[in-house]
Amino acid sequence: MERIPILKMGQFLLVTIQVDMHDQLAITLQDDLTNRIAKERSRGVLLDISALDVVDSFIGRMIANISSMARVLDAQTVVVGMQPAVAITLVELGLPLEGVHTALNVEKGMALLRRQLAAGAT
Amino acid sequence: MAIRSPEDIVHMRRAVREHAVRQGFSLVDQTKVVTAASELARNIINYGGGGEMILQPLAEGVRKGLKLAFVDQGPGIPDIELALKDGYTTGGGMGLGLGGAKRLSSEFQIESRVGGGTRVTITRWK
Amino acid sequence: MKSSSRLAGVIKNHEKEILADWIKEQLASTTLRGDLLKESELREQSRAFLAAVQAAVQKGGTEDLAGPAWADVKQLLAEISRARSLAGFSPSETATFVLSLKQPLFSRMTAELKSNAAELGEELWSITLLLDKLGLFTIEAYLKSRESVIERQQTELLELSTPVVELWDDIVALPLVGTLDSNRTQIVMETLLQKIVQTGASIAIIDITGVPTVDTLVAQHLLKTVAATRLMGADCIISGIRPQIAQTIVHLGVNLGEVTTKASLADAFQVALKRTGATIGKAKAEAAGAV
Repeated sequence: MERIPILKMGQFLLVTIQVDMHDQLAITLQDDLTNRIAKERSRGVLLDISALDVVDSFIGRMIANISSMARVLDAQTVVVGMQPAVAITLVELGLPLEGVHTALNVEKGMALLRRQLAAGAT
Repeated sequence: MAIRSPEDIVHMRRAVREHAVRQGFSLVDQTKVVTAASELARNIINYGGGGEMILQPLAEGVRKGLKLAFVDQGPGIPDIELALKDGYTTGGGMGLGLGGAKRLSSEFQIESRVGGGTRVTITRWK
Repeated sequence: MKSSSRLAGVIKNHEKEILADWIKEQLASTTLRGDLLKESELREQSRAFLAAVQAAVQKGGTEDLAGPAWADVKQLLAEISRARSLAGFSPSETATFVLSLKQPLFSRMTAELKSNAAELGEELWSITLLLDKLGLFTIEAYLKSRESVIERQQTELLELSTPVVELWDDIVALPLVGTLDSNRTQIVMETLLQKIVQTGASIAIIDITGVPTVDTLVAQHLLKTVAATRLMGADCIISGIRPQIAQTIVHLGVNLGEVTTKASLADAFQVALKRTGATIGKAKAEAAGAV
């Protein structure tokens, strides 16, 4: 079965979404990711969506869900690398993903996670 | 183009993107029309019991556009105004599909009859 | 004899004379722009056009301009119209090209059918119809190229009016001048976000000193831009809020939410520096500190 790989980087997990998301894939990812967070006791998740050229409300909801689920497991999620056209479209769609942390790229996302951990932010 | 399964949405998005590129849409306009199409196709699958999408390139003077019609034979929408409201959903979604697709399009039309299916037509000009 | 084949025959047999008459007609016309068009070019255009019309009439008759026989003529005419429109010809100056062909064709046809008034009338009528249609087509092609020029200029203007500048490492600024409608907002967002990607900036300052009024719609567009910037992972500060704009914003009940706002660009810049961890001090003070 097709799966989105989850990489462990220290105390963080890196998920790079590179394929056009469809429903089953999204559900599998939610399962896999929550399991990994629990198993690795990760404190942060980087969700790299730089390869996605479309984010509709379904994928948007998946991103919001992942972020909420991770939070319940005491891990912060940072969505990184959103393309400008996707950001503009999401705002127009009415889905500004409030409450989801964002960063320009993986490096900046990692720095943000570290800062948050250091500050003890929840 | 038939829309019966979530995989069909992926194919449809690709087809819409190709046509938008061919019409000379900017990247943002491409993304907007593909996203709107994705919302409407998902509605067809979630609420309309499957259906089809009909794509038509438009040219009016120097203006170029894309017209997309989404047709299903599902149960129809009893209260269109309510269905267009953000946050209203009967299917556990986010309730952004119709309203969002409308905001992402230049023109938006919806016809629906209870028991007679739904037809949503959107046009996006370059 | 069928009308179209007669016309085709007449043009074919008298091509040289008709062409000479026509060019004379055009050169004498008050609407010729000798300053914009060389005579040799005019001659070449006329020759090519007449030959194409002859071939089209022979093949497809004069009735159906939408048919494939006329495709070449229409393409030629569209090219000529476009070139003239870009060169600065007026619509009538452009249409004269086709319309001035009437006189030479009429003369030839009259000479041909001197003894047959009924047939002559019919021929002249069909020539008139044909050239009028081609004339209208010329005008349409002319307008089309004008429209595309206007469209291109509009886009250029919009792009020119939204310069995004790098103020500092990590900080970009967008001084907005003029009002914001939805088209412009999209371009503003695009240029701003593109610049953020390019520079890797983490703070964007939108300065609205040059925006005359902020109504609900403009505020909404600003908020959208802020939201999109945040989605990319950068912060937004809105600066240049004049006192009366602050008043209108509150009166309109616009909720700027958690957006950081500052009265001046300088203030916003300071906030941005602080957030990125940079400091600016007077050179003297720094020197003193170093000692």
